[in-house]
Amino acid sequence: MRLTCPLCGDRDRREFHYYGAEVYADRPDAGAALDAWDDYLHLRDNPAGETRDLWYHEIGCSAWIVVTRDTVSHRILQTALLTARQRQVGKFVYQEGDLREVPAKPGAATGGERP
Amino acid sequence: MRYSGLRVIAEGLSGNRGWKPAWRNPDPKPAYDLVIIGGGGHGLSTAYYLAKNHGLTNVAVLEKGYLGGGNVGRNTTIVRANYFLPGNQEFYSHSLKLWEGLEAELNYNVMHSQRGLINLFHSDGQRDAFARRGNAMVNQGDDAELLDREGVRRHLPWLDFEQSRFPIHGGLFHRRGGTARHDAVAWGYARAADRRGVELIQNCEVTGIDIEGGHVTGVQTTRGSIRAKKVAIIVAGRSSQVAAMAGMRLPIESHILQAFVTEGLKPVIDHVVSFGMGHFYISQSDKGGLVFGGDLDFYASYAARGNLPMVEHVMEAGMTLMPMIGKAKVLRAWGGIMDMTPDGSPIIDKTPVEGLYLDAGWNYGGFKAVPASGWCMAHLMATGEAHPVARRFRLDRFATGHLLDEEGTGSQHNLH
Repeated sequence: MRLTCPLCGDRDRREFHYYGAEVYADRPDAGAALDAWDDYLHLRDNPAGETRDLWYHEIGCSAWIVVTRDTVSHRILQTALLTARQRQVGKFVYQEGDLREVPAKPGAATGGERP
Repeated sequence: MRYSGLRVIAEGLSGNRGWKPAWRNPDPKPAYDLVIIGGGGHGLSTAYYLAKNHGLTNVAVLEKGYLGGGNVGRNTTIVRANYFLPGNQEFYSHSLKLWEGLEAELNYNVMHSQRGLINLFHSDGQRDAFARRGNAMVNQGDDAELLDREGVRRHLPWLDFEQSRFPIHGGLFHRRGGTARHDAVAWGYARAADRRGVELIQNCEVTGIDIEGGHVTGVQTTRGSIRAKKVAIIVAGRSSQVAAMAGMRLPIESHILQAFVTEGLKPVIDHVVSFGMGHFYISQSDKGGLVFGGDLDFYASYAARGNLPMVEHVMEAGMTLMPMIGKAKVLRAWGGIMDMTPDGSPIIDKTPVEGLYLDAGWNYGGFKAVPASGWCMAHLMATGEAHPVARRFRLDRFATGHLLDEEGTGSQHNLH
């Protein structure tokens, strides 16, 4: 199996460390309910087919990569830098490597405080 | 038909015309008291002990392919009780005791061979860890002996003791450990369950689980719908997919574990041997093939085949430990789909759906657990209470923090 690092190109699988399902990139807020932590750490969709997971280019450029692949055929469908993925964590949004605070909506729950 | 040596001779003298099929092949009925999804080792042993221990015989085992066609027919057949943690210890101890009486119990030759298991250690720290494990095994009532280097040499003179990188300091010897014929275990339980009235239904894939008001009421299958008061999911390798039919997400990620078999050789390896500094363990089958394996490929997969880096690692580790096997040719390799839980221990428990039970998450150690898993799952389904030796295999232990982390590496999907 070979993976295409968005920065280094097509590389041997041995250069990469598999971390787990993409959900590991969405760490719950510090004050989140225990169920959210159980979801994050333990419960998995575990699909037989298309899945998205996190790989670290350990013997390479050290980039975190979101790999879309087929767990039945081992076909790699897409790779992208994790920093290119927009995701919301608490009241912050990561986008293209930047961390921006989302203006709180009036009346919305704010979640836990982050330092 | 009872099997015996006399029977073999009598049939041999009369042209083997008297043998009958080992089990019936019934069509599914519209309803059963209990339905077991999955006709592998654990499902079949559960069916057998439901009938034998609890008198429940209105039971169907639904198998999407053929009986024993999954992981129970594709593993490295090792049977042992060398666990350390309370919760695991008593369970595997119970299982080994069941193994020791299994052939008489089932009237079936499962070729259980207690040839002894030697886990090698290569450093002072590993020696301490194995001494501690051995003491735990002895305290549990099982057997363990700590061998020094000369002790290992008496059993395994052909190891490379002087390898510069990982010299062998000794080994933990578990005499009652060994191997069994994996297919025969499935067939033996199938035949014994069938003889007690359990219906084994093959080519019958479950496509849905019927739930009304929080209670399970039956299953949908490729051979029609079947009503049931209780349903058990015992489908290691596909647990997440079947549980999803009941709206559940499991603490399981599926990984590939590879294993290899060489051409048949004359008897050379009398024990089960594992390397302590790399991923390699080996035994020799009664046909003469060296059966060996390593660790997971370490990424989620259902491909039933692995990739080359782990093949290379396993071969390298084998050559480091026992260079004599270098000229043996590998005949075949396969990759089994493992239900990996975050802490590396299994689940035998009720689910949030009333009447729906789960036996899953056997990681890379399900084969030796076949008898006790069936025993405890049957107990749970019949009485509604967890069996004392399986009471810690809870589905909710990850959420509550009551982990069973035998390896001591943590409770996360990428750690086992």
